[in-house]
Amino acid sequence: MSEQEYYVPHGTYWPIIGSIGVSTLFVGFANQMHGAEWGGSVMALGFAIMVFMMFGWFGQVVNESTNGIYNKQVDRSFRWGMSWFIFSEVMFFAAFFGALFYARQLSVPWLGGADNNLFTPDLWNAFSASWHQMAFISPGTELQSGTVMSFPAVPATGIETATPAMVVDPWGLPALNTALLLASGVTLTFAHHALRAGHRDQIVGWLVATIALGVAFLGFQIMEYGHAYHDGLKLTSGIYGSTFYMLTGFHGFHVTVGVIMLTVILYRVQKGHFNADNHFGFEGVAWYWHFVDVVWLGLFVFVYWL
Amino acid sequence: MTTATDTTATGHDDHHHGPEKGLMRWVKTTNHKDIGSLYMWFAFTMVLIGGAMAMVIRMELFQPGMQIVDPHFFNQMTTMHGLIMVFGAIMPAFVGLGNWLIPMMIGAPDMALPRMNNWSFWILPFAGGILLSTFFMDGGAPAFGWTFYAPLSTTFAPDSTDFFIFAVHLLGFSSIMGAINIIATVLNMRAPEMKLMDMPLFVWTWLITSFLLIGAMPVLAGAVTMMLTDRNFGTSFFDATGGGDPVLFQHIFWFFGHPEVYIMILPAFGVVSHIIPTFARKPLFGYSSMVYATASIAFLSYIVWAHHMFLTGMPVAGELYFMYATMLIAVPTGVKVFNWISTMWRGSMTFETPMLWAISFVFLFTIGGFSGLMLGIAPADIQYHDTYFVVAHFHYVLVTGALWSIIAATFYWLPKWTGKMYNEKLAKVHFWWAVISVNVLFFPQHFLGLAGMPRRIPDYSLQFADFNMISSLGGFAFGASFILLTYIVIDCIRNGKPTTARPWEGAKGLEWTLEPKAQYHSFNTPPSRKLIEQESQNS
Ligand code: HEM
Ligand SMILES: [Cu+2]
Repeated sequence: MSEQEYYVPHGTYWPIIGSIGVSTLFVGFANQMHGAEWGGSVMALGFAIMVFMMFGWFGQVVNESTNGIYNKQVDRSFRWGMSWFIFSEVMFFAAFFGALFYARQLSVPWLGGADNNLFTPDLWNAFSASWHQMAFISPGTELQSGTVMSFPAVPATGIETATPAMVVDPWGLPALNTALLLASGVTLTFAHHALRAGHRDQIVGWLVATIALGVAFLGFQIMEYGHAYHDGLKLTSGIYGSTFYMLTGFHGFHVTVGVIMLTVILYRVQKGHFNADNHFGFEGVAWYWHFVDVVWLGLFVFVYWL
Repeated sequence: MTTATDTTATGHDDHHHGPEKGLMRWVKTTNHKDIGSLYMWFAFTMVLIGGAMAMVIRMELFQPGMQIVDPHFFNQMTTMHGLIMVFGAIMPAFVGLGNWLIPMMIGAPDMALPRMNNWSFWILPFAGGILLSTFFMDGGAPAFGWTFYAPLSTTFAPDSTDFFIFAVHLLGFSSIMGAINIIATVLNMRAPEMKLMDMPLFVWTWLITSFLLIGAMPVLAGAVTMMLTDRNFGTSFFDATGGGDPVLFQHIFWFFGHPEVYIMILPAFGVVSHIIPTFARKPLFGYSSMVYATASIAFLSYIVWAHHMFLTGMPVAGELYFMYATMLIAVPTGVKVFNWISTMWRGSMTFETPMLWAISFVFLFTIGGFSGLMLGIAPADIQYHDTYFVVAHFHYVLVTGALWSIIAATFYWLPKWTGKMYNEKLAKVHFWWAVISVNVLFFPQHFLGLAGMPRRIPDYSLQFADFNMISSLGGFAFGASFILLTYIVIDCIRNGKPTTARPWEGAKGLEWTLEPKAQYHSFNTPPSRKLIEQESQNS
């Protein structure tokens, strides 16, 4: 294909397969949550279809790329696509960070009677606001005003409002994990330099190091979850637990995806798919990895530390 | 560029790769025109389904007292009507127009990421199917309003809500991919000789809309994800018993929701900015101010969301800030209206169907803008909030705004899509029918709202009876107008008279340099600087 002509593929089955896969996954998931026995298997089927689709679709693109069908302009399209995809992910995380800030700065203090909410101290007499809010007024609790909380709310054990000042010590595993992820950003950059200089052995070495750091991060994160859970911090323990597990959980999921993508890139490096000035696949994954890194910094500061 | 020789439109008007045959063409297609058509037909189907629900609503409200449906079903109708019209009709219709028009307008062969383009579309029927399937589930479809406020949508909602949540996720994927594709197309596929400030306004408005989509849709995904975990996994985002807050839901929703309303109107501004210059036979007045106004509206739309929440007990400083920020949007919006009117000023105007729709857009959208200003005044909104006045407001901006521009665009570009001309006489009849009935439908709702009739309630007290009956009659007439619209469009596709490459003598734009029925692949070689300048809105 010439430098002038833009490659427009003719016909593809992958998207419709993807639609079927993701719908199957979601329908299975919803039924699973509603207690249908078959929900799990349908979910697994949907997941398998998605994996098949991704192998096929990306495989085809990789093939086209290594066969030299793409020109510089196609490469630029991929770059625009990847960067704005990452931006959309940033906004997704922003929603959860927003919830965290809101709960911490506004809703929890308000529940404790701050600002203009004159009636809350009466209504929620047993409640003392503090961060990290871990316990809450449970359903059925007799309140001072005589009303009984009757929301079929989250399962709770009673009016314990004891809230530790620090649920998870940020300077233990989280700090270590911060170091690991930052280091992985550096090793990945070394791999990129090696790629541009054309030293395949070095690329492989740095990539393996990056992947290892990512896997180590995930391992420590799981240990960390164990500790937190043991100390009574659960998804169900109020708003701090909600934001803690949702933010770190989505982040961990993104690290997992990143590790998988880096592994694919490692494989492609060994296959010799990239050269010094044509390696968008590598760079796209690197951008993604750095993004995951930055999200972690936000998590470390706002979820663990402050 | 392909030479325009063959003026009769045949299926094989392209010497590179024509379309495939049969159903699979539509499933596999990576062609921006095919995908554009799919989007448009999907949106049209959804308009009919959502419209049928609106008919049920208006029938129930025809007279006071309970008429034909039970209140729970009524709530399902208002909820699903809103969801389907917003996510199934207006948004896909604009993406369809974008698909069809943007590559032709910027001299590109196709969209930048054609396979992903296919996926953006083909997620929609699945999402729509999941959403509609909730009607057949225990407890019925979502009935908590299209804004799905917690705790109605969390603690007190039926099981089907989880399906609704996943449908919203899918719709979000589709919109985000569509937006990414448009950004990559406009920034990377533009003819090399076309500068940003040469771009037609429809391209500009869509580019800016894409940024709104990428910024807002993921936040919506976050909101429904929090709903999902609150409902099923015991988190407390929107539950005060766990330290969360139902009002947090409203903040997250409207942080998405207000940009969303501009997502549905900015491309409409683009469409109208094409049609009015054509039939006024004058260049668009204030091209660059249009671009800057669009960008400022987009920016402001991110920082005004809590004008939907004046009654949630926000601190006074918040009320004031959101009130003044909201009023500020009137400035760039006013610039636009001023420019459209100035474009018509002393033009040699003719009133073909697209122009009729465009001019009535300017009038009627402006009415909606003014009622928006009234709503934006925090102390006054205490009276208006959650009444029919709000319903009147957003129907003026969405029906006689967004939908109007979609219909206008359909008539304006239909000749380019089909190579044929629609029946002008019938189209004019349809226009007058629609424009009169839509005002009979929505104008009285202003009075109802000012008098205090609440929205989303199937019954009302007696003093509201007359205006409601008038409104319903207008509604039935407006609903029926869609039958005529369907006929006109299908009649054009089947029996329309062949037309020329530029059926509107005053029309500018690269799309009019293509064959009468735009060839399957438009610009395989980019247009020259000279051509671009000739066809620029800016000259
Ligand atoms: C001139 C600019 C506008 C202003 C100042 C404005 C202001 C407002 C305000 C203050 C409300 C809240 C009313 C209430 O609930 O009490 C509102 C509601 C609404 N507006 Fe606008 N608006 C404007 C333009 C638009 C446009 C262009 C659209 C869409 C194309 C739109 C769509 C809506 C919708 C859908 C609602 C109702 C949401 C609901 O269901 O509660 N508005 N508007
Ligand atoms: Cu708004």
